[in-house]
Amino acid sequence: MAAFTQAPSPARTKLGLGTHAANVARLIVKELRSIRADPVMLFLVVYAFSIAVHTVASGASTEARNLSIGVVDEDHSDLSRQIVSAFNPPLFKAVVPITPAEIDPAMDTGRLVFVVDLPPRLQRDVLSGHPTSVQLDVDATAMTQAGNGSVYIQTIIAQEIASFASRNDLTIASPVQVVTRAKFNPNLQTSWFTSVMQVINNITLLTVILTGAALIREREQGTVEHLLVMPLVPVEIMLAKVIANGLVILVAAGLSLVFVVEGWLGVPIAGSIALFLFGAGLYALAVAALGILLGTIATSMGQFGLLVIPVLLLMQLLSGSSTPMESMPFWLQIVVQTVSPTPHFVALAQAVLYRGAGLSIVWPQLLALAALGSLYFAFALARFRRVIFGD
Amino acid sequence: MSDAAPITRLDHVSHRYGAVVALDDVSLSLPAGRMVGVIGPDGVGKSTLLALVAGVRRIQRGSVLALGGDMAERRHRAAEGARIAYMPQGLGRNLYPTLSVFENIDFHGRLFGQGPRERRQRITDLLTATGLEPFEARPASKLSGGMKQKLSLCCALIHDPDLLILDEPTTGVDPLSRGQFWDLIGSIRARRPGMSVIVATAYMDEASRFEWLVAMDDGRVIASGSPADLLARTGKPDMEAAFIALLPPEKQALHQPVVLRPRPPALDAVPAIEAEHLTRRFGSFTAVDDVSFRIARGEIFGFLGSNGCGKSTTMKMLTGLLPASEGSAKLFGRPVGSNDLETRRNVGYMSQAFSLYSELTVLQNLELHAQLYHLPPDDRPVRIGELLDRYELASVKDARPDSLPLGIKQRLQLAVAVLHRPAMLILDEPTSGVDPIARDAFWRTLIDLSRDEGVTIFLSTHFMNEAERCDRISLMHAGRVLAVGTPADLVRERGSASIEDCFIGYLAEAAGLDRASPAEPAAADLPNALPRPPPQRHLFDPRRLWAYARRETMELLRDPIRIVFAFIGPMLLMVAFGYGISFDVENLRFSAFDQDNSPESRRLVEAFTSSRYFSEQPPIHSAPELDARFRDGSVQIALEIPPRFGRDLQAGRVPEVAVWLDGAMPFRAETSRGYVTGLASQYAQQLTIERTGGGASSQTVSVETRFRYNQAFRSVNAMVPSVMMLLLILIPAIMSAIAVVREKETGSIANFRSTPVTKFEFLVGKQLPYIGIAMISFVLLVLVALIVFDVPVKGSFTALALGTLFYVAATTGFGQFISTFMKTQVAAVFATALLSVIPAVNFSGLLVPISSLSGSARVIGLSLPPAWYQPVTAGTFTKGLPFDELGLNIVVLAGFALLFLVLSQLLLRKQEA
Repeated sequence: MAAFTQAPSPARTKLGLGTHAANVARLIVKELRSIRADPVMLFLVVYAFSIAVHTVASGASTEARNLSIGVVDEDHSDLSRQIVSAFNPPLFKAVVPITPAEIDPAMDTGRLVFVVDLPPRLQRDVLSGHPTSVQLDVDATAMTQAGNGSVYIQTIIAQEIASFASRNDLTIASPVQVVTRAKFNPNLQTSWFTSVMQVINNITLLTVILTGAALIREREQGTVEHLLVMPLVPVEIMLAKVIANGLVILVAAGLSLVFVVEGWLGVPIAGSIALFLFGAGLYALAVAALGILLGTIATSMGQFGLLVIPVLLLMQLLSGSSTPMESMPFWLQIVVQTVSPTPHFVALAQAVLYRGAGLSIVWPQLLALAALGSLYFAFALARFRRVIFGD
Repeated sequence: MSDAAPITRLDHVSHRYGAVVALDDVSLSLPAGRMVGVIGPDGVGKSTLLALVAGVRRIQRGSVLALGGDMAERRHRAAEGARIAYMPQGLGRNLYPTLSVFENIDFHGRLFGQGPRERRQRITDLLTATGLEPFEARPASKLSGGMKQKLSLCCALIHDPDLLILDEPTTGVDPLSRGQFWDLIGSIRARRPGMSVIVATAYMDEASRFEWLVAMDDGRVIASGSPADLLARTGKPDMEAAFIALLPPEKQALHQPVVLRPRPPALDAVPAIEAEHLTRRFGSFTAVDDVSFRIARGEIFGFLGSNGCGKSTTMKMLTGLLPASEGSAKLFGRPVGSNDLETRRNVGYMSQAFSLYSELTVLQNLELHAQLYHLPPDDRPVRIGELLDRYELASVKDARPDSLPLGIKQRLQLAVAVLHRPAMLILDEPTSGVDPIARDAFWRTLIDLSRDEGVTIFLSTHFMNEAERCDRISLMHAGRVLAVGTPADLVRERGSASIEDCFIGYLAEAAGLDRASPAEPAAADLPNALPRPPPQRHLFDPRRLWAYARRETMELLRDPIRIVFAFIGPMLLMVAFGYGISFDVENLRFSAFDQDNSPESRRLVEAFTSSRYFSEQPPIHSAPELDARFRDGSVQIALEIPPRFGRDLQAGRVPEVAVWLDGAMPFRAETSRGYVTGLASQYAQQLTIERTGGGASSQTVSVETRFRYNQAFRSVNAMVPSVMMLLLILIPAIMSAIAVVREKETGSIANFRSTPVTKFEFLVGKQLPYIGIAMISFVLLVLVALIVFDVPVKGSFTALALGTLFYVAATTGFGQFISTFMKTQVAAVFATALLSVIPAVNFSGLLVPISSLSGSARVIGLSLPPAWYQPVTAGTFTKGLPFDELGLNIVVLAGFALLFLVLSQLLLRKQEA
C-alpha cells in the first residue's frame, strides 16, 4: 500500500447550506437503513397501521348494541307482550323477564343495565285514554349505553303503543314531522370515526417511540458519540432522525388511509389526503422532536418506556380523539391547546378527512402545528446538545 | 496434583447459544483446595464453564460434578449450593448500584439467613480485611473499579464458601488494585486453607499467580496443568507466548511478532497534541484534574490507567466531544472547540466500546463514513477498496458487525477511523478483550501508520505489554497524570523491574497520600473464621423473603423515574381520564336555518335554543352556507325550517322539518339525535295540547326514566371507578414486570441463581413492595376522586380496600408472570402495557358493560382480574353497595392473585438456559 502524503486534511469542503443538506440526506439514508434492519419495529408499524386499525374499527364500539334489558310485565296483555317482543337483537340481548323484587339485585350486580316496568292495567289504560306511566330504570354508570339506550327504549315503547292504538282506531298524528339527517356519516357508523382516529393515534404513538428509541439505541451503543466526532453538527443528526422516522410513519399512515380505511373498511374519505399528509408532516416534526426530548431524559430503553407511556396516554386522552374537546373544562382546553400539538392535528384531521375541509378552513391548525412544532424542535435540540455534551 | 480429589469434574460438556458453540466437548478435572486459573481471550467459553460449575446455568450436554455431587440434580444444588460463591463477570455485576457498601453485603448476608449480630461482625471483618471500612456508607455506583470488585468479593465471601468462583474479577482494574485483590484472595486462602478458588482471566500476565491453569480457545481446553509445567512444555519465557504456542498450528501461522521500529525525526515543530491544565468536573466529581502533556507528530503515545481514571474523559475533551471545565487543548496548534469541524477532519476516533452501526453492513458503515467525511465521490470506492484489503475485511464486507468476532470488529473500527486519512488517531482502549494474535496484528498496523505515514497515535490501554510498545506513556490515576516519559526512562527512574512495578509504585505513592493507613492488613490480623452457619435447607425462610422485599424497597425509593411513575403517574392519568373520556355531550354548536321566519317557526327555534345542551350560533341564511358552516365545524346541529312552515302548520298539513347533525363523531351525533327527538316531541306535545285543549290520547302513556346510581348523569361518576380499575392494573403490573427483568438486564439476577433463596421467596419478596406502593396510590386515587371530581365512596370502604388489595396482588403477580418470559425492560414495559390495557379497556366494563359482552369477548374479560374488580369499584363508589354483595368478586380476585403466583413460580427458572 502506497504511503500517504503528510497532508493533514483530506478534501476541504466549504460548510455551506448545501453541505449541511447533503449530510442530512446521508444521515437520513442511514436512519432508514437502521429502521429496515429492525424487524420488530417494522412489524409494529405494519401491524399498527393495518390489522390494529381494522380490529379497533370493527371491535369495541360505543354504539349501543347488545343492551341487556329486563322487563317486569305486570300487565300480561297483548300490548305488553307486543312491547316486549319489540326489544330485538342486535340492539338488545334476549329480554330477561323478572319480578319487581329482582330489580335491585339485578342492577346492583350489573347483570342488567335497563329494566322496563310495565304497570298492571297498561293496555286497559291505553284503550280508555287514561293517563298512565311506564317506568324505565337505567344503570347510569354504563355511560356509553345509558343515554342513547334509554332514548331508543322510550322511542320503541312510544311506537309500539302508537301502533297498538292505531290498530284500535286511535290515530295519533304528530303535528310536525321532524327528520334528522347526519352529515358526513349518514348512518353514524362508529367504525368511520374509530378507524381514522386510530390512524391518528398511531402517528403519535409510533413517531414518538420510533424516534426516541432510535436516539436511545445510539446512546446505548455509543454511536452518537461517534457521529459527534465527525464533521457534523448536532442539528444535522437530529434533523435526520426526525425526518427519517417521520417519513416512515407518514408513508405508513398514507397507505393505511388508502388501503385499510378506504379500501378494507370501506370508509369514505371526504377531503384531500395530500392536505392531511401535509398537516401530518408538520405534526410528525413536532412529535418526533418530543421523542428526541424524551430520549434525552431517559438513559435506557426501560426508563424510556416508563416515561413514554404516561406521556402518550395524556396526549391521546386530552386531544379530542377519544371524546369531544368541548366536553372538557374550558381551562383544560386552553392548557392542552397551548402545550400539545395533538388537539390541533386531531381537529385538522377531522375537518379534512370527514368534512372535506380545504386549506382555507384548516390554515389556523396548520399554523398552530408549525408554531408548536418549531418550539418542540428548538427545545429538543437544546437538550440534545446539552445532554450529549455532558451534564 | 494427583493427591487432591477433584473439586469439580466435567465430562464431555457441550454448550451452545443458538448457533454459537460456547463449549465444545470439554472434559476436565480440577484439583480441590487450589487456586485454579482459566485463561483465554474473550468469547472462548470461560464464563460458560464457570457458570456451569457454579450451577447457575442449566447443563445442556455432558455432566458436571462439583462438591461431590451432580450439578444437574436440583437436590444436590439445593443442599450444597450454599457452599459455593459465584461472582459474575463485569465490574460490580452482582451489586446494586444505589445501595451502599454495607447494604450490599448486608443483603447477601440476609440471603444466607444470618442474624443481625452475625452479619454485623462478618461485615466488619470483611470491610477491615479489604480496606473498604471508610467507605461503608458510600453507594456502590460511586466506587472505583477496584473497590467495586473488592465489594463483590465481600458479598461472595459473606457465608464462608468452600468453592469460590470468580469470573474475570480484575478486568478493567488498575494494577495496584489488582495486586491488592490477589493478595486479599491469598490471605483469605491462608485463613481457610480448604477453600477452592476458580478464577477466569483474560490477563495472561496474571497466570503465574495460579497453582493450576486451564488454557481455553474456541470452546475447547487446549492445555491444563501447573504454570511451570505449561511454560516448560512450550519452552516460552512468559504465559502470553506460551498461550500462542499452545494454539492450534493454523492459528499460530497467523501470528507475527510485533517489531517496534524507530521513529523518523519529527518533521514539524508544532506538536500534534498540546494539552494544558485540562480539567473536567461532573458536578462535584473531578474526572480529570489539571492534566498537561505534549505529543509530537507521528508519535505513539499511550495512556495507562484503570477504568474510571479519566482516560476516556481526556480523550473526549481532545476530540471536542466534551468541553473542558478548565484549561485548553490544541490539536496541530489549533484550539479544540466543540464546533470546530475542520479539526475533526484531522482526527480519527475509536471509542472504547464498539460504536459502529450494527444494523449496517461492514461496507455500508465504511460508505457512510466516507460520505460524511466528504471524500470526493470518485475517491470513495478506491479508498474503501484499499481499506478492505489492508484490514482484511473484503471477505466480510456484506456481513453485519454483530456477527463478527471482536478482533475483526476492532479492525473495522480502525478502518473507519483512518478512512479519511486523518493526521491523528485517538483510540480509546482499542484492544480490550481481543485475543493475543489479533492484538499483535492490530499493533503492527498501528506501527505502520505511525512510522510510514506519520500519523500521530494517542491510545489508552490497561495492558502493560502494550505500554512497552508506545514511544511514550503517561500513567494516570484518579484524574491525575502521575508520570510521563518513555517506558524505558520511567522504569529506570524508579528503579523498577517492569512497567507494571513502576506503575504500581506510582499508584501506591498516590494512594498513600489519599489514605491514612496505606498498608494492607496482613492475614494474621484477620479474625478466625466464624463458626459455619448451619446448612440452609429450609424450603421457606422468611428472612430471605424479607431480604428481597427490603432491598427492592430501598432501590425503588432511590430511583426518581420509577417513583414518579409509581405515584405521580396514576394521579395525573386519573385527572386526564376523568376529563378526557367524557360521554357528556354538551355545548353543541347549534344554528337555525329558518326559511319561514313566522311566529310558529321562531317558536320552534326557541324550543331548541332554550335547551341546556345547545349553544346558539348566528343563524344560517342559505343552503350553501349550511354546508360551509358544517365543513368548517362552526355548526354541529342545524335546524332547517322550510318556507311556509307556519302556514302549513296552521292549515293542519304536517310540515317536515329537517335537523342536520355533524356525523363526524358518531357518539356525539347519536346523543344529539336523542336530544332532538326529545325536544321535538315536547314541542309537538305542547302544540297538540294547545290545539285540543289538553288531554290528547297520544300522551296518555309517559315513560318515566330513572337514571339510577348517577342521577345527575355525569360521566365522571361512572369514569372514575372504571379508571381506577385500569390504572391499578397498568402501573403496578408494569412496575413489577420491570422489577424482575431489570435484574436480568443488570446481571444481579445472578444473586438469585447462586444463593439459597427460593423462587417463592424471590417472587413474593419482590412483589410485596409493589403491592404496598399500589395501595398507597390507591389511597391517593380515592382522594383525587373525592377532591378533584367530587366522587365519594358511598358503599363499603372495607370491601373496596380489601378488593383492591387482592386486585393489586393479582395485577403485580400478572406483571411478574409476564416478566418470566421477557428479556429486556423495554419489551416488558410495552408487552405489559398492551396485555393489561386492551382487556381492561375493552372487556372489563370500562366502555361496554360486561352484561353486553358475549362470546369470546366475555370469556377474555372474565378470565382476567379487571372484569371482577370493576364491579367492586363501581359498586362501592356509585352504587353504594355493602360488603356482602361484593364477597364473590373479592374471593375471585384473591384466587387470581394466587393463580399468577403459581404460574410465575412454574415459569421462573432458577438456572439460566
